[in-house]
Amino acid sequence: MCLAVPGKVTKISSADPLMKIGQVNFGGIVKEVNLAYVPEAKIGDYVIVHVGFAISILDEEEAQRIFDTLDQLDNIQDHPL
Amino acid sequence: MKYVDEYRNEKHARRIASAISECVTRRWTLMEICGGQTHAIAKYNLQELLPDKISLLHGPGCPVCVTPVSLIDKAVYMAAQPNVIFCSFGDMLRVPGSTEDLLSVKSRGGDIRIVYSPMDTLKIAKDNPQKEVVFFAIGFETTAPANAMAIKKAKLDGMRNISFLVSQVLVPPAVKCLLDSPENCVQGLLAAGHVCAIMGTEEYQPIAKDYHIPIVVTGFEPLDILQGIYLCVKQLEEGRSEVENQYLRAVRKAGNASAQNIIQEVFEIIPRQWRGIGEIAQSGLGLKKTYAFYDAEKKFPCEFDDREKSSECISGLVLQGIKKPNECSAFGKSCTPESPLGATMVSTEGACAAYYRYQPVS
Ligand code: SF4
Repeated sequence: MCLAVPGKVTKISSADPLMKIGQVNFGGIVKEVNLAYVPEAKIGDYVIVHVGFAISILDEEEAQRIFDTLDQLDNIQDHPL
Repeated sequence: MKYVDEYRNEKHARRIASAISECVTRRWTLMEICGGQTHAIAKYNLQELLPDKISLLHGPGCPVCVTPVSLIDKAVYMAAQPNVIFCSFGDMLRVPGSTEDLLSVKSRGGDIRIVYSPMDTLKIAKDNPQKEVVFFAIGFETTAPANAMAIKKAKLDGMRNISFLVSQVLVPPAVKCLLDSPENCVQGLLAAGHVCAIMGTEEYQPIAKDYHIPIVVTGFEPLDILQGIYLCVKQLEEGRSEVENQYLRAVRKAGNASAQNIIQEVFEIIPRQWRGIGEIAQSGLGLKKTYAFYDAEKKFPCEFDDREKSSECISGLVLQGIKKPNECSAFGKSCTPESPLGATMVSTEGACAAYYRYQPVS
């Protein structure tokens, strides 16, 4: 129930703000998702979805950080002080 | 960036694991709070990558597992009423009540429907005006906004034939309860990323400070969990106890304000019973008076106590990180996902089910 995976917003239909619905593609499976809690979501954004509701938009810059940290780890290992 | 495969790269995982090995000098016990993380740890066998000095305990963060037996009994009672359509997330159907589970009501002809979102139940209620629809609104802070929205919308639309059996629980009070226990041996916490995506990270500050424990808000992919462990171990080695955010791509410090607003509009904080743990003060959400009409417990009054059927099941201890699933004598023998004795063997996020699925039974 709680295994939320990120999906990509491919379509947004906005009528009632409480019922702003988007289509979200989860690796090929497209589902209808309520976007009421991510009103700023745009087509192309990746969102985390829980029981039919997007709860967060993924931040690409922040997402990159873990890989930057990994590069730093590499530098430490490759060039010991 | 697709935010999935990138975080499952084995070479990267090994790199973080070796960074952990390099910084660790003594034994540390960490707990991941969320069942989704427990599931990933078992699935990717992350414990194997870690140095022996690091032990992982599995926390109470599986809503299916902590829903009290009395509420399962109430659900079974309501689902068995002739005029009721009972709606639930799929994993609740096999959770054992004191005498039976929802699946046995269904096999006797009860109209029980599995829904993907609480909003689906509104449609079912509209399509069946002659029936009473009840939704089993369970979950942590992650499902609370969805359940709150369904309840709010039911009221806005003036619906009369729908009600909600609410079992919403909150993570921080449960964490404090575990840390207060004399049996506690947890020295660092991986907090549940998606709960924090809703609630933000601030409510963990006083816990980190008062209990001198590092808390790292962590995601759910293997690299997230390993990095969360790395940050936590680094804090422990350096004698720090701070709230850190590993899951920056999804969690903002203030959380999701519109989701928090609707939770506050529909729910109020109340004490809640946790299966296997007992009552924890201020640890749950109940419907506010203005939404009392939608309370299934008022519409279908019934009383059950919290008596467990199986005496062999130690899931309460598993949920508190005191025992591991494979220390239970029933594990993989009389208790399997096909015939579970305890709730932790039912949900994929339950520690017993995760161990059973991914680890050889020895
Ligand atoms: S293995 Fe089964 S009986 Fe043992 S603690 Fe887990 S759920 Fe309970």
